[in-house]
Amino acid sequence: MNATVATTLRARLDALPSQSLLGTQEYFVNMGPQHPSTHGVLRLVLKLDGETVHQVIPVLGYIHRGIEKICEHSNYRQLVHLTDRMDYLSALANNWAATMVVEKAAAMETNSRIEAIRTLVTELQRIHSHQLWWGVFGMDLGAFTPFFYGFRDREILTDVFERTIGGRLTMNYIQPGGVMHDIHPELVADVKAFLAVFKPRLDEYEALLSENVIVQERLRGVGVLTAQDAVALGATGPVLRASGVAHDLRKAEPYGLYGQVAFDVPVGSRGDCWDRYAVRMQEMRQSIRIVEQLLDNIPEGKHFLVKPAAKIKVKPGVWYSHLETARGVLGAMLVSTGGEAPYRVHFRTPNFNNLWAVTTTATGGRVADLVAILSSLDLVIPDIDR
Amino acid sequence: MATSLLPVSGQALDAQSLVAKIQKLCPAAQLRPDCDRPAVKVPLAHWPVLAQQLFASADLLFDLLETHTAIDWVQTGQIELVYVLTSLQCGHHLTVFVDVARDNPVAPSLCAVWPIAQWQEREVFDLFGVHYTDHPDLRRLFLDDDWQGFPLRKDYADDFMLERPS
Amino acid sequence: MHFDPQSLASRAAHLAPTDPWPALGVVVGSVLGVAAFVTVLGLVLIYAERKIAAHFQCRVGPYRVGPHGTLQAVADAVKLLLKEDVVPTGSDHLLHILAPVLSFAGMVLCIIALPMGPHAQVVDLDIGVLYITAVAGLGVLGILLGGWSSHNKWSLLGAMRAGAQIISYELSAMLALLVAVLFSGTLQLSGIVLAQQEGWWIWRAHGAGLVAFVLFVVAGTAEINRTPFDLAEGESELTAGFHTEYSGLRFAFFFLAEFLNLFVLAAMATTLFLGGWMPLHIGSWSAWNAAMDMLPPGLWFAGKAAAVVFLLMWFRWTFPRLRVDQLMRLEWKVLLPIGFANLFFAAVLVVSGWYFFPTVAAAPVPQLPAAGSSDDAGGAP
Repeated sequence: MNATVATTLRARLDALPSQSLLGTQEYFVNMGPQHPSTHGVLRLVLKLDGETVHQVIPVLGYIHRGIEKICEHSNYRQLVHLTDRMDYLSALANNWAATMVVEKAAAMETNSRIEAIRTLVTELQRIHSHQLWWGVFGMDLGAFTPFFYGFRDREILTDVFERTIGGRLTMNYIQPGGVMHDIHPELVADVKAFLAVFKPRLDEYEALLSENVIVQERLRGVGVLTAQDAVALGATGPVLRASGVAHDLRKAEPYGLYGQVAFDVPVGSRGDCWDRYAVRMQEMRQSIRIVEQLLDNIPEGKHFLVKPAAKIKVKPGVWYSHLETARGVLGAMLVSTGGEAPYRVHFRTPNFNNLWAVTTTATGGRVADLVAILSSLDLVIPDIDR
Repeated sequence: MATSLLPVSGQALDAQSLVAKIQKLCPAAQLRPDCDRPAVKVPLAHWPVLAQQLFASADLLFDLLETHTAIDWVQTGQIELVYVLTSLQCGHHLTVFVDVARDNPVAPSLCAVWPIAQWQEREVFDLFGVHYTDHPDLRRLFLDDDWQGFPLRKDYADDFMLERPS
Repeated sequence: MHFDPQSLASRAAHLAPTDPWPALGVVVGSVLGVAAFVTVLGLVLIYAERKIAAHFQCRVGPYRVGPHGTLQAVADAVKLLLKEDVVPTGSDHLLHILAPVLSFAGMVLCIIALPMGPHAQVVDLDIGVLYITAVAGLGVLGILLGGWSSHNKWSLLGAMRAGAQIISYELSAMLALLVAVLFSGTLQLSGIVLAQQEGWWIWRAHGAGLVAFVLFVVAGTAEINRTPFDLAEGESELTAGFHTEYSGLRFAFFFLAEFLNLFVLAAMATTLFLGGWMPLHIGSWSAWNAAMDMLPPGLWFAGKAAAVVFLLMWFRWTFPRLRVDQLMRLEWKVLLPIGFANLFFAAVLVVSGWYFFPTVAAAPVPQLPAAGSSDDAGGAP
């Protein structure tokens, strides 16, 4: 074969798109709205070539309930109680976000007991939420046992919440001017008992999943989201921190008692699934630290300063406040034209903004990587649709 | 605490100097006083240029479009677009209000500056009917493609809505 | 103790010329026996898996139906029998129906050749090892057909994964099998068991047997699609992979085939490396050997197979799933080279006779009556 022929052949081969050498064809698959690893009614339209993901198109709206519209027809007390239906795993943080903006708008006061209780229960719920995430994450990787471990330990905490708050999942507790009930007399003892059980189990979690070579293989270098991309795609919370951006509103703009407790913000370095996993595992330990500092230092006082029956009036204006839920920045915007009902309410939800990272990180990977990425973003679908 | 990969290259500005800075970049921008956080009102024509400057200008560096939504002022015939910006690099934040006409709501897309705007704008399009020029994929986000009307507008009504007892 | 294994088929063939009715009785008995064995084994394994999974996961598992939930598997089987059988529109009906049967048939064909005791073997083929690896291939055919005929892209994806995976891992499994064959000098399964009269290959062969055993268990786990190699089902990825579109009895067949698969793998590992039904003999320690002989061979076999089954269940309820490219890398870049090196090492050991008790084992394998060969076993299932 002379050089010219070889060059021509080479050129011809190069001209072929690499995928078509085998004569393969792209095809579309619907992942969801009923799919075990979308954890809710998220639908992803996948363009695949064999196992390789070429494009991910999220399709939303399967659980859109128009919460923002309903809020326009509610008064300032009622709208707080809709928020637990958004991110049901951070119901208390959602309550708090709405409460915070209403309190700011109506210039309502709180005392240190109220703030301590709010910080304590919200931090407990961060652990609660991460426990569920950990179990589900294991299941998405194909290991069933973590799911049961996570739920077993979460159940203890759910019981703790039930004694004080009454609810087990969609909890309504934090409201403008205070909290709905005082904490249960046994709460501190219950939480201490929980921590005594849970701290060694957290090490067990690490032994079961984190140290497993298959888990490491499946997560390291998969779904890399650079710091720049994470910020550009509006990601917040553990997803953003795993990409190496130490942004946590609990530190950046301390609310509640976060300014008075010592804790670290875990940060990843590569932004892959493993970093997102590791950041959440460390966050659980940091939350335990915060809870331990608060437990014995809940100040005495009233648990509400404004009577729950009192009407709340807000002068015209625009208010925005945000806080850090287990998944990222939850913002609440309130537009008032005066009176007892808001003119417009908008919630900036962490999941809506975190979701889009999947469109860039999952392309080029396998279907199994997509599942790992989705799970590492820790999405709660009702929070996306609102 | 590990160091942040994103360089902290700026100083957080207080509300006054922030607004002053923005008014220097865009003299048409006005302070909006009824907000709890630094907020400016920008005429639509100046907004795309200012957005680019807010993102790139060395002492502003608004890298995160925290949220984008709209307010329907049915009385004045305006839809007010709201952009909540945060600078993770500097630590300050800003809210920008832009008015578009309610009967012909057209605004420039900011996807090129903040990629997340693509989906936030789709949400506003879906619920308020604001059309974004140069948007790569302007479709309904939550509602069906054949849905009639824009539910977050104040005058929205459909057959399924119940009369509220007054 | 002297073992004189005789399969049911050879017994029938012996009897046939003179006593046709007892011979027929043996044949009918073995057919019914295999059918009953397969059913009961399926139920026991399903119950065991559920209980073991439950205890790994801090639960109690089935507890309501029968004492300690022992009848749960029966209740499930009855439920599956009563369920509507859905064949999706646009599917290939014939293949859709055929696929679970193929999967199941492949497993039953394997079971009849397994030596579960000196006299508990239906057919003793002189190429038993080859036969089992060949017939087990029917299982992958069932999975491929099931995924393909379902008219569902997720199922197809699962089937393709299964096809690629099973064919790849069969190589490693085969290389591991060959080690035992080399040491025993025969392909006949009863012969391999007899060759382990002085000790099991797993410890007698200076590591070669142990490596082969590990290889065989790993590759076998991949072949039967169990976690960490359950990509074909991939619950969280492919919803249920190849059997997404199956319901009722057809699903039950797939399900049963999966558990029989598990047993066949465990039985093969037992036969080849753990001495099959052979008690734990050590060379010429006659007192020790006599003590070990107190337990009947059937119990030895059941115990060893159960231990391997437990090991596989332990894997399943501990490990996450591999990704498809990692799976292929593990086979072609790790297991296969190890398998080849191990086979070579084993060959060197066999040629040099440098392993425990070579002289005893090198004694000729007792010749079975000619009637015991497969040609005469026409009456067996």
